[in-house]
Amino acid sequence: MDAKKLNKVDLIFDQEGCNALEVLDKALECTPDDIINDMIDSGLKGRGGAGFPTGLKWKFTRAEDDPVKYVICNADEGEPGTFKDREILDKVPAKVFTGMAIAAHAIGAKKGFIYVRAEYRFMRKTLQKQVDEFNQILKDKGHDFHIELRWGSGAYVCGEESALFESMEGKRGEPRNKPPYPTKNGYLNKPTVINNVETLVYATMIFRMGPSEFNKLGTADSCGSKVFSVSGDTNNPGIYELEMGLHVNDFVDEFGDGDTKAVQIGGAAGFCVPRKNFNNLVIGFEGIPTGGSMMLFNSTRSMYNVLHDYLEFFTEESCGNCTPCRVGCQQLLKGIEAVKSGGKSPSYLDDLKSLAKTMRTSSKCGLGQSVANPFISIIDNFKEEIIY
Amino acid sequence: MGKFEVNLKINDLPVTIEEGTTILDAAQKLNFRIPTLCHHPDLCVAGNCRVCVVEQTGAKTLPAACATPVAEGMEIFTNSAKVRQARKHVVELLLSEHKSECTSCYKNGKCELQELAIEYRISEDTFLKLVEEKGYTIDDLSPAIIKDDSKCIRCQRCVRTCTQIQSISALAVINKGDEQKIATFLDKPMHSVVCTNCGQCVSHCPTGALVEKNYIDQVWDVINDPNLHVVVQTAPAVRIGLGEELELSPGDRVTGKMVAALRRLGFNSVLDTDFSADLTIMEEGTELLTRLKKALVDKDESVKLPMTTSCSPGWIKFIEHKYPEYLDNVSTCKSPQQMFGALAKTFYAEKKGLKAEKVVSVSIMPCTAKKYEADRPEMRDSGYKDVDYVLTTRELAAMVRQAGMDFSALENENYDSIMGKSTGAAVIFGSTGGVMEAALRTAYEIVTGREVPFENLNIMPVRGLKGVKEAKVKIENVKPEWGFLEGVELSCAIAHGLANAKILMDKVKAGEADYHFIEIMACPGGCLGGGGQPMPVSDKIRQKRMDAIYQEDESLEFRKSHENAEVQAIYKEFLGEPLGHKSHELLHTTYKKRKKY
Repeated sequence: MDAKKLNKVDLIFDQEGCNALEVLDKALECTPDDIINDMIDSGLKGRGGAGFPTGLKWKFTRAEDDPVKYVICNADEGEPGTFKDREILDKVPAKVFTGMAIAAHAIGAKKGFIYVRAEYRFMRKTLQKQVDEFNQILKDKGHDFHIELRWGSGAYVCGEESALFESMEGKRGEPRNKPPYPTKNGYLNKPTVINNVETLVYATMIFRMGPSEFNKLGTADSCGSKVFSVSGDTNNPGIYELEMGLHVNDFVDEFGDGDTKAVQIGGAAGFCVPRKNFNNLVIGFEGIPTGGSMMLFNSTRSMYNVLHDYLEFFTEESCGNCTPCRVGCQQLLKGIEAVKSGGKSPSYLDDLKSLAKTMRTSSKCGLGQSVANPFISIIDNFKEEIIY
Repeated sequence: MGKFEVNLKINDLPVTIEEGTTILDAAQKLNFRIPTLCHHPDLCVAGNCRVCVVEQTGAKTLPAACATPVAEGMEIFTNSAKVRQARKHVVELLLSEHKSECTSCYKNGKCELQELAIEYRISEDTFLKLVEEKGYTIDDLSPAIIKDDSKCIRCQRCVRTCTQIQSISALAVINKGDEQKIATFLDKPMHSVVCTNCGQCVSHCPTGALVEKNYIDQVWDVINDPNLHVVVQTAPAVRIGLGEELELSPGDRVTGKMVAALRRLGFNSVLDTDFSADLTIMEEGTELLTRLKKALVDKDESVKLPMTTSCSPGWIKFIEHKYPEYLDNVSTCKSPQQMFGALAKTFYAEKKGLKAEKVVSVSIMPCTAKKYEADRPEMRDSGYKDVDYVLTTRELAAMVRQAGMDFSALENENYDSIMGKSTGAAVIFGSTGGVMEAALRTAYEIVTGREVPFENLNIMPVRGLKGVKEAKVKIENVKPEWGFLEGVELSCAIAHGLANAKILMDKVKAGEADYHFIEIMACPGGCLGGGGQPMPVSDKIRQKRMDAIYQEDESLEFRKSHENAEVQAIYKEFLGEPLGHKSHELLHTTYKKRKKY
């Protein structure tokens, strides 16, 4: 596998070379099929973390025979350690709106929504103004597409696409059974494209630079670049756009404080990579996928505390709907506490790992399914810290 | 054809089945049983307990069989090592947040979680017990339903029942994560929220989290007190349901065995709610004809039509909460249970030479709302509490088991007298459409002097499990005193399940209906599907019970309420005439407006 060296890129926040509205004009002249083919050719995968090919998502939604379809921008950025969408919406909102308008043109939607995390309410006034202006421009151009803002209420699970639809419909934010998928039955049971904020900006950029140019960046499995939210034990916390497919080692060389013992890639729901694996793992869909969260831990950190924090978070943020997630999270949390205090023997961790695997296979949605990621990777690599 | 079919394999066996079928149903077709908890044939799919997970070749996760539709080429395994481990984990997790006090639990032996724990040989020690630290308290303030959150497994069957079947939504999911639970509005006690006490949540709950408040010990106590005279009445639907709780099958008619069992339990007199059901028809039929006369002849605008039935206490509480502006449309007749109760401590006591305070009246009902009804302050017209204890069909079965009777071996016995005689018209009160049919059989004959113009008295349009039914009966060649009804087409409607009641009431409210008479039963199928009936329940079982009710009707010598000799006698000896002074005192009641939220 030919991993990339660390390469800082400037596509997302680049203001100079890209006028979003020019890109929009260009896109609106293209046929929907051309747009979708360009998206497929670009190799862009969803930047929220799950990594579903964006072009295919649009293609499936376009193929649905329904006069009413929706485009939704998922700005419910709730994964611990990610803060990139907030920056994107703050700095380059027009690129997000343009991405939505392109998607709408491609699938035949007349209405779009941005579902914004409750904690980002401070942006409300500005963002609303910008949306209004964009809507006016579309209207002036005679283009039948309209964007509305919707606000979350602080539940992590509502970042899960079907729970997000439920929330938008005024119901309790709980995931739906799948299939059917959003491309067929999304918001109000209508065919819906739901993309992450960053994905939509890349859609805009792909139109500006062309799919092949975008495709040159990254690796075969992980095309293009990605915005990373860097936090933890680093001297350079912040938001960085990097070419996809770099080694964890290169990342740590750039951002670590010289004493990095582990990197948590993909937030609380992601994987913990210990120092011994820095050299042989790649950040990307062929290695460790991430929605952008990169948390570095140095040797002063207790990995027990790290895991404990994550499990407390999941125990509270599980919607409670399905058994493996609702009760499993509580058992994992209480379980490591019991092992730590001596109430349960260290071999109990094996029972808990087995339980975590059931949560991965049997939970209803990605929330419960991914709790096993941090749990197993931290237990396997830092067992002594959990027990003693 | 029309529908596409898909081919798949389950446990290596090929099956071809209609597109859209779930894996659960497809497996059923091949006789592979997949365990379920949150799934219920009456309810929409939830897919939240995850006990029905199966392995699908090529899939990373284990899909829930109840919530996943079949697809072409699928390969499913319902009993692989992975599946067994996952199911075991799910049951272990549920038990860890469940208060396991099985020996003292009312649902012991009838609990679906317990069954699965036995099936999967679950040890309760695998994981930490979580339930104790939650600090749940039992809500037993309602006279009808006890809610114990410490036994709840969050399958949400009650939530879906209350919303989907009853349109009440008294129960909902609140909070998230480890604090998620099923609660009433603001987590207030059941008796203080908009709840009709219908008990459908109870009959859909897989564990002991929602049960009826049982009065078994209290009833044993009064039976054992030699100073008391304990009379028992049995509702129409009990005789076609009780057998299911006592090793017989749905649809088995056990009237005679039930009477024998009650006598052996030690009740002093075994009487029949069907007697007062016939009485209800006399009162309610007369009330309907009176209302029609006042409305059609006297043009009295204070008289409200359509008139609705009043037998179902769940329906009464529903209309008091949700459509109080229509309370004047409700028949003022008490329900048969309460008519019986009022007469037990007056007419019956008098005839038997007993002091009213020494008479204890017990009723066996397919219903939990009847417990609430008996507690209503209006229901003391005899000067005492008209009905002292209400037991469900399930509670009676428990007493029969406690008494060590081999129920199926009992010889049939007959009801005692007085107030033990009934007709087929009373029996069909237990089914949706039954009150309507009974009323029509009598009212039509009063007005025309002829039997209803339906073959063998069977008024088929009002029967069956359809949610809302409509029927029209043309009245012709009337007796001279009913001249104003000549040529009138009597327009009737029937709804069962409160979601259907809502549909009907909204139609009335919108002025889109011209009904004269509406029958509403709170529970799906009517009383035969009541909240106090045996579990499990489904439309298939309701249909069997319904068939049994109509068989019982056809098996009886008298099938019209006005032919009931004891009813004729009570008017002669005690009540005078329908809607007379005495009737008003004992057999009629009032309703009150209740809060909407």
